[in-house]
Amino acid sequence: MSDVAVHPAPGAVHGHAAHHPALQHQFQTMSQQKEAAVLGMWAFLLTEILFFGGLFLAYALYRMWYHDAFVAASTSITLSWGLINTVVLIGSSLTMALAVRAAQFSQRMATVNWLILTMVLGTAFLGIKVIEYADKFEHHHVPGPNYIWEEAGHAAAAGEAAAADAGHEVSPDAANFQLHTQIFFSLYFTMTGLHALHMIIGLGLMTVITWMAWKGRFSSEYYTPVEMSGLYWHFVDIVWIFLFPLLYLIDRAH
Amino acid sequence: MAEHGHAHAHPAAHGHVTPLGVYLAIFATLMVLTGVTVAVAYVNLGQLNIFIALGIAGFKATLVVLYFMHVAHASRLTKLFAVTGIFFLAILLGLTMIDYGSRMWVNPPALLQ
Repeated sequence: MSDVAVHPAPGAVHGHAAHHPALQHQFQTMSQQKEAAVLGMWAFLLTEILFFGGLFLAYALYRMWYHDAFVAASTSITLSWGLINTVVLIGSSLTMALAVRAAQFSQRMATVNWLILTMVLGTAFLGIKVIEYADKFEHHHVPGPNYIWEEAGHAAAAGEAAAADAGHEVSPDAANFQLHTQIFFSLYFTMTGLHALHMIIGLGLMTVITWMAWKGRFSSEYYTPVEMSGLYWHFVDIVWIFLFPLLYLIDRAH
Repeated sequence: MAEHGHAHAHPAAHGHVTPLGVYLAIFATLMVLTGVTVAVAYVNLGQLNIFIALGIAGFKATLVVLYFMHVAHASRLTKLFAVTGIFFLAILLGLTMIDYGSRMWVNPPALLQ
């Protein structure tokens, strides 16, 4: 937390002309301070782009190598949950943008209300994600010792029946297919899990920002924390804008 | 030095205030594009499906960056930062895919096998 913000009379403390209590020592003006914050936030988001970029790259490569298994696995997940979540998350980006706009107009209660609505939508997204994850556990689609891929399972069961008759081993094709669908679900859980973690962090940030807004810390002169939380939240939205087609959509017609 | 040349009659002292209508129009466009990308996903266009899906996602992301993240009205330095992100992502994805994507194209000489 900024210690400057809690100085009772910054003009008196600094011994020069009174300025906005949120203006830090190293900056000349509020707009210079805001510009520095925006650039710093973008520098952080650049590292985030590459962080998620590595996972998208892994997804692209494994999809290229194990195309058939990826088609089978990605069409097994429920499209409607992903679609609802896309609408919910883009909606939360709108309410976040409106929270920043309300702060720009010094509308204290509107800022608080839009932030709370954004948190409600973010929580709804995570709730739907919980339903989806529970569904994966139910179907044994979570990578690990209990993983079962039905098609491969049937093939393996048929193979075992045949093996009991003829003494052959389980079809290596079915075993490989099971392994490759497991790679899809490993990437599914890593990417959506990391995305969900970012949303949980975003909800934490927004809780603090909403409290600050409630206390009347923001005005048209100073709303940088609201705007920075907005940049972060919109970035998380953008990650989902790419995750949705890649995980849920691209193999539906094939 | 400062990039605050554009005149605005808004009460906000710093930064551009996006009109409410712009936010609503961007949100509506994002919703329509979400519908379009789901509808197109059910039409079998072969290899084109993935490029259309990623093209629509890219366009949606651009709208979010320009209007929700205010890059359209940000300083030139902020714009440069945003483009830098795409540039490095393109290096990461492009060069790696060129490598892995072309590995089966060549028959390496016996010397390298």
